[in-house]
Amino acid sequence: MTLDSKIPEGKLEDKWRNYQVRSQLINPANKKKLNIIVVGSGLAGGAAAATLAESGYDVKCFCYQDSARRAHSVAAQGGINAAKNYQHDGDSIYRLFYDTLKGGDFRSREANTYRLAELSAPLIDHFVQQGVPFAREYGGTLVNRSFGGVQVQRTFYARGQTGQQLLLATYSQLYKMVQAKKVEMFPRSEMLDLVVIDGKAKGIIVRDLVTGELKRYAADAVVLATGGYSRVFRLSTLAIGCNGSALWKAHKKGALFAAPSFTQIHPTALPQTSDAQSKLTLMSESLRNDGRIWVPKQQADKRKAHDIPEEERDYYLERRYPSYGNLAPRDIASRAAKERIDAGFGVGNLKNAVYLDFKYAINKFGLETIKDRYGNLFSMYKKITGIDAYKEPMQISPAAHFSMGGLWVDYELMTTIPGLYAIGECNFSDHGANRLGANSLLQASIDGYFILPNTINNYLATEVQKETPTINHPEFIKSEADTKAHIDRILAINGSKTVDHFHRVLGKVMWQECAMSRNKLGLEKAISEIKTIKDEFWNDVKVTGTDKELNTELEKALRVADFIELGILMCKDALEREESCGAHFREEYQTEDGEAVRKDEHFSYVSVWQYDKGDFKLHKEILEFEFVKPTVRSYK
Amino acid sequence: MKVTFKIWRQEGPKDQGELKNYEVDGLTEDMSFLEALDHLNELLVLKNEKVIAFEHDCREGICGQCGVFINGRAHGPHDAITTCQLHMRSFKDGDTIIVEPWRASSFPIIKDLIVDRSAFDRIIEQGAFISSKTGTAPEANAIPIPKDIADKAMDAAACIGCGACVATCKNSSAALFTSAKINHLNNLPQGKAEQHRRVVAMTAQMELEGFGSCTFTGACEVECPEGISIVNIAEMNTRIFKSKIFG
Repeated sequence: MTLDSKIPEGKLEDKWRNYQVRSQLINPANKKKLNIIVVGSGLAGGAAAATLAESGYDVKCFCYQDSARRAHSVAAQGGINAAKNYQHDGDSIYRLFYDTLKGGDFRSREANTYRLAELSAPLIDHFVQQGVPFAREYGGTLVNRSFGGVQVQRTFYARGQTGQQLLLATYSQLYKMVQAKKVEMFPRSEMLDLVVIDGKAKGIIVRDLVTGELKRYAADAVVLATGGYSRVFRLSTLAIGCNGSALWKAHKKGALFAAPSFTQIHPTALPQTSDAQSKLTLMSESLRNDGRIWVPKQQADKRKAHDIPEEERDYYLERRYPSYGNLAPRDIASRAAKERIDAGFGVGNLKNAVYLDFKYAINKFGLETIKDRYGNLFSMYKKITGIDAYKEPMQISPAAHFSMGGLWVDYELMTTIPGLYAIGECNFSDHGANRLGANSLLQASIDGYFILPNTINNYLATEVQKETPTINHPEFIKSEADTKAHIDRILAINGSKTVDHFHRVLGKVMWQECAMSRNKLGLEKAISEIKTIKDEFWNDVKVTGTDKELNTELEKALRVADFIELGILMCKDALEREESCGAHFREEYQTEDGEAVRKDEHFSYVSVWQYDKGDFKLHKEILEFEFVKPTVRSYK
Repeated sequence: MKVTFKIWRQEGPKDQGELKNYEVDGLTEDMSFLEALDHLNELLVLKNEKVIAFEHDCREGICGQCGVFINGRAHGPHDAITTCQLHMRSFKDGDTIIVEPWRASSFPIIKDLIVDRSAFDRIIEQGAFISSKTGTAPEANAIPIPKDIADKAMDAAACIGCGACVATCKNSSAALFTSAKINHLNNLPQGKAEQHRRVVAMTAQMELEGFGSCTFTGACEVECPEGISIVNIAEMNTRIFKSKIFG
């Protein structure tokens, strides 16, 4: 199989323009005849659905929540990057591009990453126009702050609720088009299969989550915007309903999966307190701008933070990475925390946390300034832990967060199935092996607002003369029957263990062997263990209720069944990549002082996996760096 | 820790509901309230019973999806909190905890603790947007917005649409929700062009959906997890008058 990334010719700064000039257009009268399905209503999906509708297409948009306003983009706290150089600190499109490429350890495509940076500035203009109340100076101009992994201030924010405000703006635009009758919304609906006709994506099978009814929807193209799949770890910062099922079903129907094992572990989550825990709460990493991270110098120190004198505190990030200090990128900061915790210097009841201390910032800037910057995060921290972090340091811990991997897409954001697109977190394209802070809202938004609505025309221009298949096409009937059989099989098992039991067991294996650091033996063991979990699941899971009703237990079971299979692929991918890069730290490939060793001569490619009758076949997209020379990533 | 949950069970919108008792052991103080319900649901599965349907997603207090009455209060015993942020340490060993769905005729029950809040989406649909197409925006700093105006817009924009305001109001009024959105957009220069049309259309939809009138008792503000002020409602009322004169 050839993987044609369709990167346009020309200099980096000309590629997107060259693409747009040469791509095909569709006249407005013809656009009305075309139907597009968008699965997911977050920043990427909502933006795509609204913009496609504005440009004249008929759009159907699906989400599993009760309203598009709940999509998990809502939970992003910190901010969104844009190369505006408002702070006059030397920022530029090129610098955002370079920081992103370097942050991702040179495992992403140059052209995509440049386009991400290029479209960031107009995106801020767009969101301001839509009414996003970004933070402002007294004189009315926009404020910026810096975020993990960079030395310029390019991050725009709306208190600690940036994702919420961007999502609500997108949701408003989406419902504007619902009112205009150009978008039809399908909340409480979950895609359970992709329908492929003559090799092209032509529709989906959806379960109505209220009635349980399976429904068929046909379209001329299908856009997946279903977010990340880090709930494979069970404990993650993701919303409970976030799942990988739509991606997984598309993968099984022929869409190749890229870099599945690249998961960002976020350094500033609240630590796990017990086995009963269902998720980990993220604290915005903007806290690292002013907070200082430390652990006691003495192992298993039982003293309270206040009783530990200054000279007995180890500011390990400042010590190891003097030029970036507490702002070191997420993979570095997470791994450094894990290293200290594993070495016995962790704090808190389960000794699984490190301190994030604001004492110094409060002394320097005053309590009011800190309250203004982070007030809502401090109150959230107090609600959950009962601790007043203005008076004693917060306890933070690493947690599974963002999936850099996802469906393989070309420059047009099309997967290997013609007519099937993947946008936002559910594709692999822009972040490489590690995502820079405040780049996820950026990618989701530009994919949905600016890129897809342009690139999809190029495909649809050839489809416009063809009839949209009817939902009575044999492929629709077969897909629905297969989905029904899958559900019936789960319900018929009537075993002795709950879905959550299997999810917990899977999550533990994944966290232990395929998270912050990996090694060959562990990954091989994990693959065999997950295969056992899969067998046990299909023999012993118990789901009560029926398929013809609102059944949250069945919803979970269907998702966990897919997570189990995805977990195997993630471990295979991590096993195959015999180097360390970004979030992927293979213990066998490190320097004496514990830094990652990347092996460009052998692994400068995107691993792209094809589903092959229950197994997976590897393809490689070789990364060619035409304009930038990959360097060793150092934050010292 | 052991508690007795009295939980509203209702198969579907047209079925008769009832409170059912569940004695649950093995809880810990660190568990969130929703994790306690997860635990109960696992026990129910093992007893071959149907799980209790309840809504939740982010479990970080921001998506607005979780929302139930706990001992007669929206989102439970604390102020400025969502249900997912409530922990079992707020209860005592041996407590009886009554859990009911949101109560408002505009939020019909779908099943057990899940209600239909799509009326909120229909209010938003009537004008809670700025009519400007993707790709048509001026430079962001071309229109300066003073910090106090941006902050005021943000205070209102923080609404998470959970519905606690409606559920706790004796009139089931949606005035806090609707006014928050109107004031977010009408305060900003970008939102001014459509301000009068927005107020008229959104408040008309609010009535059409069957939400009651606001009698300004302030219960909504007390239960709002985001601390949205009822001053927003007063401001909306002023805007309604203005729209009648200038709209």
